[in-house]
Amino acid sequence: MEIGAKPLDSSRASSRAGWLSRLVGAKTPYQTRSALLGYLFALPWILGLVIFWGGPILASFYFSFTEYAVLGAPKFIGLDNYVQAFSGDDLFWPSLGRTFYFTIIFVPTAIIGSLVLAILLNQKLKGTNIFRTIFFIPHLIPAVALAVLWIYLLQPTLGPINHFLRQLGVDNPPDWLAGRNSALYSVTIINVWAALGGNTMLIFLAGLQGVPEELYDAATIDGAGVWSKFRHVTLPMISPVVLFNLILAIIASLKVFTTAWVATQGGPAYATWFFALHIYNQAFLYFRMGYGSALAWILATILICFTLFQLWSSKRWVHYEGGGG
Amino acid sequence: MAQLSTSIPQQRDSGGKIRASQLLLYLVLILLAFLFGFPLFWTLSMSLKTPAELFAFPPPLLPEVPQWQNYINLFFVPRIPVARWTLNSLFVVFMTTTGTVITASVVAYSFARFQYRGRDILFMITLATIMLPAQVTLIPQFVLFHKLGWINTHYPLWVPHWFGGTAFGIFLMRQFILSLPRELDEAALIDGASHFRIFWSILLPLCGPALATLGIITLIDSWSDFVNPLIYLNSPEKFTISIGLQFFKNYPDIGGEPTQHLLMAACILAAIPTITIFFVGQRYFVQGIATSGLKG
Repeated sequence: MEIGAKPLDSSRASSRAGWLSRLVGAKTPYQTRSALLGYLFALPWILGLVIFWGGPILASFYFSFTEYAVLGAPKFIGLDNYVQAFSGDDLFWPSLGRTFYFTIIFVPTAIIGSLVLAILLNQKLKGTNIFRTIFFIPHLIPAVALAVLWIYLLQPTLGPINHFLRQLGVDNPPDWLAGRNSALYSVTIINVWAALGGNTMLIFLAGLQGVPEELYDAATIDGAGVWSKFRHVTLPMISPVVLFNLILAIIASLKVFTTAWVATQGGPAYATWFFALHIYNQAFLYFRMGYGSALAWILATILICFTLFQLWSSKRWVHYEGGGG
Repeated sequence: MAQLSTSIPQQRDSGGKIRASQLLLYLVLILLAFLFGFPLFWTLSMSLKTPAELFAFPPPLLPEVPQWQNYINLFFVPRIPVARWTLNSLFVVFMTTTGTVITASVVAYSFARFQYRGRDILFMITLATIMLPAQVTLIPQFVLFHKLGWINTHYPLWVPHWFGGTAFGIFLMRQFILSLPRELDEAALIDGASHFRIFWSILLPLCGPALATLGIITLIDSWSDFVNPLIYLNSPEKFTISIGLQFFKNYPDIGGEPTQHLLMAACILAAIPTITIFFVGQRYFVQGIATSGLKG
């Protein structure tokens, strides 16, 4: 592989550094040295993985079977935390249900909406870049600032949105974030709005720009209409990007936290108490680290199942250039 | 829809008039721009109002006279140290971004240019961490930092980023280094350069666009981060700007004086760095995001 490896006396060399070479998977002393350098350069991340990922994952798994309040040692209690979650926690199922409700609305709306925006921006009109930037702005405002400004936009009496609705003749506009029945969909709307023009759209746009013109030309010659071209050329060609965006959108939606935490603190009357808020409150408000870890593992299991299911089902609808399909 | 105009001759027809379909498209785009832009416009307008205008009914679209001094008064609200929060944020963002850019490119160099046992498995694990929800590691990390005595300090916010940054960063840099010709390294090796020197003086200077992309994305993420400051910081003088805004929000008036217009000004202030950075480095940013989707 590497040029510059000197043809050393192989038998002597291999006996000298034999075990080390085998350990790092190298054949010559030069390769051994180079492999060791490779480990050296990767060292920060290897340490990082152990300290901030591997260790915490194992610890969290262990904590989930304990009662642990940070001060003092974890006390092993077997499956009690999981039993408590599934059968003794009044907020568990409702918060999970709310999170699923959010996901079911958020994911399709964000994915289809972003795709439509990307298609509009891909029409090669003048000034497209300006529109792309404007669409992207919500994504650049820190989530906290977004939540704060939406509180004022959606303020029931003095907010501009309800003022506008009243002008249109709506007598009783919703209370939005302040209402028990409207808070959940209000938070959903804010998140969809913030997600539409963001990374998902940019990734779609790049995907659309990667579709070869010839395919459209060929389809035009075959007499394909606009819809048919979209269905049979665009969609298959960008399907890997759709899969990628879908997986990330589902992960993001199951973890929804900041907007709800800032705008409503999970209220009113638990209306926006999402699963991630439940974990946060158990762990960092009541310092129930064991129970919080168990909840986190339940969320992780759901997420991993979703992701694996998507990867498995994607074989049927994702088309990869150059084989597969 | 996507192909509507791609198969049609560009932009204008022979008469030089914009087509009806394009006009419609522009209308849709302008409507959407309004939809995405209005909240920011409203925030800006509120931030320039007088306290009386805040509570006026119907809510005025624009302030009678823009109160620019709100942006100065903002820094002198009792118990709301906005300047301090901004400085804290700048410090954390600086440490996070330099740490990520430096260590992610070193690790990426190892992944892209060296052969060793376990390298590919290590890389697979790196990608897998992107899929794992942060909630799982949040609690044990808190326990770890608690044991280190780092609660209510800025260390938990930036120290982890000096250990390879993020999986995304390593991935981005690795893809970029892989695209650089290997002959460069080999020529330098023959000339007797060390691997470190090759990395530092030959590869890194060529990585400019990728470094810019990673820097911008890290900067924006770190500036906007809410969950970590929320967990680790508990005294107001330690707050970063995002957690500070949340704190400020809970004081709609201080000593009988309404502060909501100042809160809105603080929101604008918090959005200025990210929006500026985006405008300056838009090209790199868009490229980087696109890479994550296309090669992932």
